[in-house]
Amino acid sequence: MAHSGINILFAGNNFGRLMAGLWNSIWIAAVSLVIGLIVGTIFGVLRTSNSKILRLILRLYLEFFRIVPTVVLLYLVYYILPELFHINWSASWMAVLAFAMWVAAEFSDIVRGALQSVPESQREAGLALGLSKVQLFRYVLIPQAFKLELPAMINLATRVIKTTSLLLIISVMEVINVGQQIIEANNQQYPTGVFWVYGFIFILYFVLDYPLSAWAKSITNKQK
Amino acid sequence: MSEEILKVENLNKYYGDWQVLHDINFDLKKGEVLTLLGPSGSGKSTLLRTLNGLEDYKDGAIYFHGKKIDPNPKTWQALRQKIGMVFQSYDLFPNLTVMENILLAPVKVQHRNEADVKKEAQELLARVEMQDYAKAYPRELSGGQKQRVAIVRALAMNPEIMLFDEITASLDPEMVRGVQEIVENLSQRDHMTMIIVTHQMNFAEKIADQVLFLENGKILENTPGKEFFEKPKTKRAQEFLESMDF
Amino acid sequence: MNWTVIQQALPVFAKGFELTLWLSLIGIVGSIIVGVLASLIQYFKIPVLSQITTAYVELGRNTPLLIQLFFLYYAFPVIGLKMSAEVCGIVGLIFLGGAYMAEGFTGGFNGVTESQISSGKALGMTNMQLARYVVFPQGFALSMPALTANIIFLIKETSIFSVIAIPELTNTALDLIGMYYRSNEYLFMLVVAYAIILIPIILLLTWLERRVRYGAFGD
Repeated sequence: MAHSGINILFAGNNFGRLMAGLWNSIWIAAVSLVIGLIVGTIFGVLRTSNSKILRLILRLYLEFFRIVPTVVLLYLVYYILPELFHINWSASWMAVLAFAMWVAAEFSDIVRGALQSVPESQREAGLALGLSKVQLFRYVLIPQAFKLELPAMINLATRVIKTTSLLLIISVMEVINVGQQIIEANNQQYPTGVFWVYGFIFILYFVLDYPLSAWAKSITNKQK
Repeated sequence: MSEEILKVENLNKYYGDWQVLHDINFDLKKGEVLTLLGPSGSGKSTLLRTLNGLEDYKDGAIYFHGKKIDPNPKTWQALRQKIGMVFQSYDLFPNLTVMENILLAPVKVQHRNEADVKKEAQELLARVEMQDYAKAYPRELSGGQKQRVAIVRALAMNPEIMLFDEITASLDPEMVRGVQEIVENLSQRDHMTMIIVTHQMNFAEKIADQVLFLENGKILENTPGKEFFEKPKTKRAQEFLESMDF
Repeated sequence: MNWTVIQQALPVFAKGFELTLWLSLIGIVGSIIVGVLASLIQYFKIPVLSQITTAYVELGRNTPLLIQLFFLYYAFPVIGLKMSAEVCGIVGLIFLGGAYMAEGFTGGFNGVTESQISSGKALGMTNMQLARYVVFPQGFALSMPALTANIIFLIKETSIFSVIAIPELTNTALDLIGMYYRSNEYLFMLVVAYAIILIPIILLLTWLERRVRYGAFGD
């Protein structure tokens, strides 16, 4: 019986269900990333501003996300949003909110670091040409910073993808959650199913993440 | 006619399809100071690095004391103890003190007695007026001081040849003279055999017994120093000297 | 927010706190050991072993801890390897952390500049001497920021142990919420507990990072 375990992946519409679960993980990761990167860029630019209070607030925002594990973050959003703010979103959108806030925090620090490593002379040259502050960032500083932050940005994306594995704790129907259901439903017929299903999901995550992290590494090596 | 130490024969080197050194031929006699001159990108530094086994070469041969060097890492590792090299960026080891930097190779590579080397190192440091800095870390030194230590570090191995790769190029102008004087002194007092890559024409004119003028990886001239600066053979060298405007 | 609720939960939280600390400590030490070994194998390009190590590092880095734990905890017994939840947690954390640490150390070794290596070679050093006196001391100093980030990351990852019912901090809080329906108080305590662990560690490591960097490079 043991060697037939792999068939659990293809019995009924199991494969389709797993893929639908994976798609849920992917779109949540993608939407969170888009929102988080945009907000993070704004926060990062603001962290180079002259206002001490603004810098402090954004720094505290970042440190909060540095300290709170993502598991805890998901529970915070899951319990507190409906209770304190009477917001009743689906679990998927709550996850997007939690992830986007987390990505914004992490990316703001990446953007700040990259902006600060653009040489001072570039800023002065831009100002000497009569660019406004916004133009300076838009045409000179952010494009140069972008090159420096690209590997860190890709690595952040791989982390977000990996972190979608946690979504099962707030009952999002993502790939691991679907996997668990398949294992339980087929336990009689496929006693070794658990090995194949989790093994398959392990490989799925690797297939999603490995190309991205290899890409980030090759960019870093080229920049050296 | 003094003894020949180094001889380079038909040396060619490529980076991929791009040939950086074309048919390099020259020899170096004991006590001679050879200066490599030429515009940026002419292959001077590459040639110098090749002579210390830091770059490999496709074909041609290098002879040391008349013996052909077998270009494998082991041979070079042993030979480097006889061919010292000083770099533009000093490259002292930042985690070691001045004295530790100097002792490292003689003690660990050459397995010489530490106390003897230490005595020698102190004398060498005194010679470059750095005797008070033995316990200092590189971070505490100015560029000029770092470069003096780097020279001492190479000399402490008692090399037969010294290679200097643009050693004053990253120094502040007021530091340049001091370092050049050390090299001049090395030639006059110790008759050290040297190959020098530099962009400082005053210095080259003063110290060079022989000049190799390179462009695009080719030797255009191999001329005695005095003659090169007074009356270069090629038009390119003449233009180069005029452009340097010293 | 009810302070009596918080006060009453303190002893239970203290237990979870202690377990989180222990699991983190073992996980971090184990990860550093695995990471150092793996990075040395890769540095010296030991045949066969280095290919296996590369595969391990890529697998460990590019898959989530949660699925690694599920595999260890639920799938391994099927092939006859049964481990307690705590052992699974530690093995999983070290599998993950070792890969991250290896990557960090290798990054440090690769960060040692070409000119420092040329300079060592020019002094006639053998490859072993070059590694011992130039590449390792500087490379470890260069990998300090990665080490710091990994340590903080691993401590936070122990929260994932809650899914295989290891009674660490997060699991403790969830249990209490399940029993008494006091999510505000218990989540507040949970966040504070992580802050108490992580803030001193972040401060300490940042200080240490500066010291090491200054010791090795003077800036």
